[in-house]
Amino acid sequence: MGFFDVTSKIIKSIAYPSEMVPSIDDHADDGEHHFDPVTEHESAKLGMWLFLATELLLFGGLFAAYAIYRAKYPEMFMDGSKSLDVVLGTVNTVILIFSSLTVAVAVKAIQENRIKLVKLMLWITIICAAIFAVNKYFEYTYKFSKGIFPGTDIFYSIYFASTGVHMLHVFIGMIVLGILLRKVYKGKYSKENFTAIEIGGLYWHLVDLIWIYLFPLLYLVG
Amino acid sequence: MDNHGSYKQLINIWIFLMFLTFITVYVAQFDFGALNVPIALLVASIKAGVVALHFMHLKHEDGLTWVFASYPIFLLFLLIAFTATDMFSRVLN
Repeated sequence: MGFFDVTSKIIKSIAYPSEMVPSIDDHADDGEHHFDPVTEHESAKLGMWLFLATELLLFGGLFAAYAIYRAKYPEMFMDGSKSLDVVLGTVNTVILIFSSLTVAVAVKAIQENRIKLVKLMLWITIICAAIFAVNKYFEYTYKFSKGIFPGTDIFYSIYFASTGVHMLHVFIGMIVLGILLRKVYKGKYSKENFTAIEIGGLYWHLVDLIWIYLFPLLYLVG
Repeated sequence: MDNHGSYKQLINIWIFLMFLTFITVYVAQFDFGALNVPIALLVASIKAGVVALHFMHLKHEDGLTWVFASYPIFLLFLLIAFTATDMFSRVLN
């Protein structure tokens, strides 16, 4: 459309308002506006990615603190890192990556209406999350028993803050997956309606992604 | 649709992630000096990339999702880079 076409259209619309192109107002009486399912699915997913962006930046502050203080006090970070339990950290890494796989399988299975498989996979994911939490509990209590607390030094401040915020996400993930699982039992999801499971899965993968960075930075680089 | 293959593909990706985890732990036994952190970050980023592309299906998403997924990484870079330039260019007495 050229400049004159646009101009003439605007002039026409002012001169003859009744002939205007249909606007949103013309549908005001239609009742509810529904997006088509594909659009709804896509926008829900996009919304989740945007939420994950804010999550990444939440941890970003902690990563920035880590970068700065590690550069300033390398010895403190070496000593602190060596005091962490690499075996437990590795076990937790394996557990989280496995739970990422089970969620990915659940998302795939619901798209094929394999409800039994979805239930199994979500159960395994939640159990993995619980094992992760128990391991973390032992790790924390062991540190406390040795007199190491978040205020001991900057390394432990960052260690407890970042793993603590991550732990909070594991708990939230367990609740999200638990709600999804309940709804799967109620028969709410199928291959036509699986958006919730897919974006719940995206959240759980983020929990895994954050840990993929926390594990080497805290436990191994010492 | 080759569904069977897709499950197999997910499992293969998981095996690859396990392999990278092994590399992460194995490599940490050696001291590369100043390269310790970059190497750890490199392996972690490969793992994160694999999770995002395959488990989170970023591979099949459109451009807008890619923008949403990558701009926070850019912001994170800005956050760390500018905090670092501030912290390490201060003249303290």
